[in-house]
Amino acid sequence: MRWKWHYLEEKIMQLLMLLSFGLIVLCLLLILYTIGSKGLPSLSWAMISQTPKGGFYLGKEGGILNAILGSLYLALGGTLIAFLFAFPLALLLNVYLSRSWWADMVRLSLDILWGIPSIVYGAFGFTVMIFLGWRASLLGGILTLALLEFPIMARAIDEVIRRVPPDLPRAAYALGSTHLETAFFVLTRQILPGLATAILLAFGRGIGDAASVLFTAGYTDRIPDSLFSPVASLPLAVFFQLGTPFPEVQQRAYSAALILTLLVLGISISSRWFSHYLDRFSIQ
Amino acid sequence: MSENTPHLETQNLNAFYGATQALENVSIVIPRNQITMIIGPSGCGKTTLLKCLNRFIELEENARVEGKVLLNGKNIYSPAVDVTEVRKKSGLLAQRPYPLPMSIFDNVAYGLRIHHLCSRHELHRAVQHYLEVAGLWEEIKDRLHAPASQLSIGQQQRLCLARGLAVEPEIILGDEPTSALDPISGQHIEKRLIELKERYTIVLVSHILRQARRLADYIIFMYMGKVIEAGPAQQVLTNPQHERTRAYLSGEF
Repeated sequence: MRWKWHYLEEKIMQLLMLLSFGLIVLCLLLILYTIGSKGLPSLSWAMISQTPKGGFYLGKEGGILNAILGSLYLALGGTLIAFLFAFPLALLLNVYLSRSWWADMVRLSLDILWGIPSIVYGAFGFTVMIFLGWRASLLGGILTLALLEFPIMARAIDEVIRRVPPDLPRAAYALGSTHLETAFFVLTRQILPGLATAILLAFGRGIGDAASVLFTAGYTDRIPDSLFSPVASLPLAVFFQLGTPFPEVQQRAYSAALILTLLVLGISISSRWFSHYLDRFSIQ
Repeated sequence: MSENTPHLETQNLNAFYGATQALENVSIVIPRNQITMIIGPSGCGKTTLLKCLNRFIELEENARVEGKVLLNGKNIYSPAVDVTEVRKKSGLLAQRPYPLPMSIFDNVAYGLRIHHLCSRHELHRAVQHYLEVAGLWEEIKDRLHAPASQLSIGQQQRLCLARGLAVEPEIILGDEPTSALDPISGQHIEKRLIELKERYTIVLVSHILRQARRLADYIIFMYMGKVIEAGPAQQVLTNPQHERTRAYLSGEF
């Protein structure tokens, strides 16, 4: 009974897919529930509008504005610098080197870089900073995050460009466009929605990373006033506060995690909305 | 340019994809201000020949070309020639229209802008002109700034025509430009092409014999990478000299 077996096969596969979908949603909901239930009670206006006061880490007054702003500075700076290198590289790979041996080697290297744990980036950044005689600083953190984000962004943009139908750039070549004009005026216009997603992907990885900024950006209770002063970050705020023996401080760690999650969520949603808006002009 | 120089000519043109030879010793003369149609069974090399005429063949992987293509007597493959100049001189209509990912207006303005063909305040006037020539203006004049992707496929092909004409080419190349369109849109395009041959030399690839009978002034029949027969349409269609042409025209393959 051939048809019966096929029917069964279909059902089993559907069930498996549903199971894995359910598992992922369950994980997400559990995480949200944990940080929500533990973080919400101690989330207050003071938490997001003040820097730590004396005795903050013993459960006294203050907030984590230093870490919120620090994380934004670090991730925005790192994403910007990573973009300045990743975007031209992705264009180079597709417009000038398409499907050559060199392009394959570059893609392989990027994939390897993508897989390197972030603590290694942190240690690498730290070694370079020692060599240059720098202290832990905003700039050091930004550069290390840029290194961490670069392969992610470059590969993500690369994949977006590879999905462009090859006849689209050809339409521009037929009009006598140079490669450069085609890359910047036609390809870039076509991939804007995907570009937004790629940038967000790298930003999300950057803002959530603790290990790479541990040595390179340091931690401080103050808001940095220059690129060379140390800076706090939300992942480390979570890490340090969870490590204290005081329950009220541990609870604040959860509200820091909640703030971080809401921040990423907000940026995700707005960038989705934005790329949907940009999508109007893309050729399907 | 004297009327006697052929507008476009190939001399001993050979094209290869890797080890396979796609064109073999193609030497043809394409007459000025006429519609030349390249016909033949699929895989005969007609699209490859068309791609050689604007150096699009160079975009293919492993492709190699030998021989000459003369545009106004000058070899477009000579190292001194700028490939973007060659492509600017020949407008291309592809099988499936690909508008650029921008508004209708910007699609036509794109070529004008990159080649600095007109000043900013003349731009609107020029865009309107080319959209009129392509027979699209009346339909879209109220939504010039809407995305080009919202047009129907037939309108997109006319937009591609307007876009190609805007860079002031001398030659229009068409790779089965009506094959993806509905019959009415196809007729629109054919009508435009007949109007345009007064000012341009037109080369079309087609596998539809009826279309060749409707449009062609000059016909090139190809088979297995070789030109079997070339001549005025009337002569090739009614009195073919070669056995294979006769067989093709009578629908034997």
